[in-house]
Amino acid sequence: MARPPDPDAFPGIPGTVCVTGIAGNLGKQLARLLHGETRLIGIDRRPFREAPRDLEHHTLDVRKNKVEEVFRRARPEALIHLGIMHDPRMPRSEAHGFNVVGTHKILDICARHGVRKVVVLSSANVYGPHPDNSNFLPEEAPLMAAARQPDVADLVELDIYAQSFVWRHPEVETVILRPVHIVGPTVRNAPSNYLRLQRPLTVMGFDPMVQLIHADDVCRALALAIRPGSRGIYNVVGPGEVPLSAVLRELGRQPVPVPAFLLRRLLRQAFESRLTSFPPEELDHIQYLCAVDGSRAVRDLGWAPRHTLRETIRSVLAPA
Amino acid sequence: MTGSASPLLERMRAWSFALAGRDARERLERLRTPANEYGVDPYGFDLDYAVGALAPFLWLYRKWFRVQVHGIGSVPPQGRVLLVANHSGQLPLDAAMLGVALLVELDPPRAARALVEKWVPTLPFVSAFYARLGQVVGTPENCRRLLQAGEALMVFPEGVRGLNKPWSERYRLQEFGPGFLRLALECDAPVVPVGVVGAEEQAPRLLNLAPLARLLSMPAFPITPTILPFPLPTRYHLWFGEPMRFTGAPDDEDAVLEEKVASVKAAVQALVDRGLRERPGVFR
Repeated sequence: MARPPDPDAFPGIPGTVCVTGIAGNLGKQLARLLHGETRLIGIDRRPFREAPRDLEHHTLDVRKNKVEEVFRRARPEALIHLGIMHDPRMPRSEAHGFNVVGTHKILDICARHGVRKVVVLSSANVYGPHPDNSNFLPEEAPLMAAARQPDVADLVELDIYAQSFVWRHPEVETVILRPVHIVGPTVRNAPSNYLRLQRPLTVMGFDPMVQLIHADDVCRALALAIRPGSRGIYNVVGPGEVPLSAVLRELGRQPVPVPAFLLRRLLRQAFESRLTSFPPEELDHIQYLCAVDGSRAVRDLGWAPRHTLRETIRSVLAPA
Repeated sequence: MTGSASPLLERMRAWSFALAGRDARERLERLRTPANEYGVDPYGFDLDYAVGALAPFLWLYRKWFRVQVHGIGSVPPQGRVLLVANHSGQLPLDAAMLGVALLVELDPPRAARALVEKWVPTLPFVSAFYARLGQVVGTPENCRRLLQAGEALMVFPEGVRGLNKPWSERYRLQEFGPGFLRLALECDAPVVPVGVVGAEEQAPRLLNLAPLARLLSMPAFPITPTILPFPLPTRYHLWFGEPMRFTGAPDDEDAVLEEKVASVKAAVQALVDRGLRERPGVFR
């Protein structure tokens, strides 16, 4: 289903690019896409097995001082920061330290070592699903997710820190990408896992429009954003909007509708007793709208997804 | 809920086409352009579903209220437009009848969007139903985007003030909010005033059980001749006025806009008054 990457797809890409979180699913995919096009330096506290041979990997926590040494030696021109964890099971303090402190540290290193381009991967989840959301939220919309979804609070904080970095360091071209729900054969996030359920629970009487993007397309958006000439915040949308019910029908699922109040209570109990990995706050995403306007990325980055809507939806079925 | 060929939906669609009249299928099919492979537009409007869901409203339009339209030719056949109408009758059926009129009386038909209150998306079933019919929450952002895309929006500036007013206030327009005029100025959209006559008598409010309304967090709990507001078979008349164009700064103070808002309100009131004068009777 995935097309082979076009070798001339990203002209002007910086010569040396550092990628944090490269040993994650998305990171690995990004490494496969970019390793022939630029010199890649990976930083991740997880080892990167089966890494491309021309890739220099450092098994390092981004908060460690040794990271600065990597920058001194390798002199990357650009950074792609994927080192953000979304593990609802991780202790709050640990995740907060890794996500927020890690981001502070790595961005400060970039400012000190003459990195000219920084791309931070945030998420359209920072806006938060809400009943009175506009159908297409622009980049200026307030980041309301933290109010109802404490597990997204780190991401919101990180996004806002990256925004402050944009104006504190005008010499660094900083881009914040906010892609919609990422799905793909190897993706293991809440939306992908939800769509893999044979009998997913749905909120009775609710059928919000959802936006999905294929992990391949996210990697391509990152590659477009890392080129010089763009700065600021960009929503990144996939091939369109579709009702949740149509997604489930495309995947041949048998949804089980449950009234909202009951479902909320059920999910909370199940989560607390570790029967499910879905945090109860995720329910808002299958009840209310959290869709974004991606036209700025189309205009400024030349963004266009390659996977069709059907391919994107069906990507969760493909073997990893 | 979308694009599926369920037998019920098919039957509803057939009913709709039968009620809508000759060539209805061909004319309504022409609305299909912006849909994706799942049969919905970016806002969730599903033409197949909407045509099926339309049947009961079309029946009300043709058989119950026997709606008559006057001057519908002043609705531009394409491009951005705000249809500004009075709101009455305890149940928002006037909005439904206006929407149906634009679908069945215009050629080519226009699928106008109504702007729903912010609490609608919190209601089960209602939220999904409205979304498939192409209705959106009335945020300024949504309105701007739709107008810029050349769509027609139905606006009821009186809101629930008009809908739930007592019988003694019938056909007296309540206060108009200025929001729609800011949009018209910002998007350079014409305003077509619409006077709805007949909705007022469908469910005269004899009593308002305000405490019960508060308990149910509804804007009002009207008691009508049929106890609950079941509509009487009054005849609806929809009067369309000439398009009005406005110029000026959209971010002027409310006081500056008030004059323009008042002219729209006066135009709607004039259409209502004319409709009242010219109708032979409430049920005729």
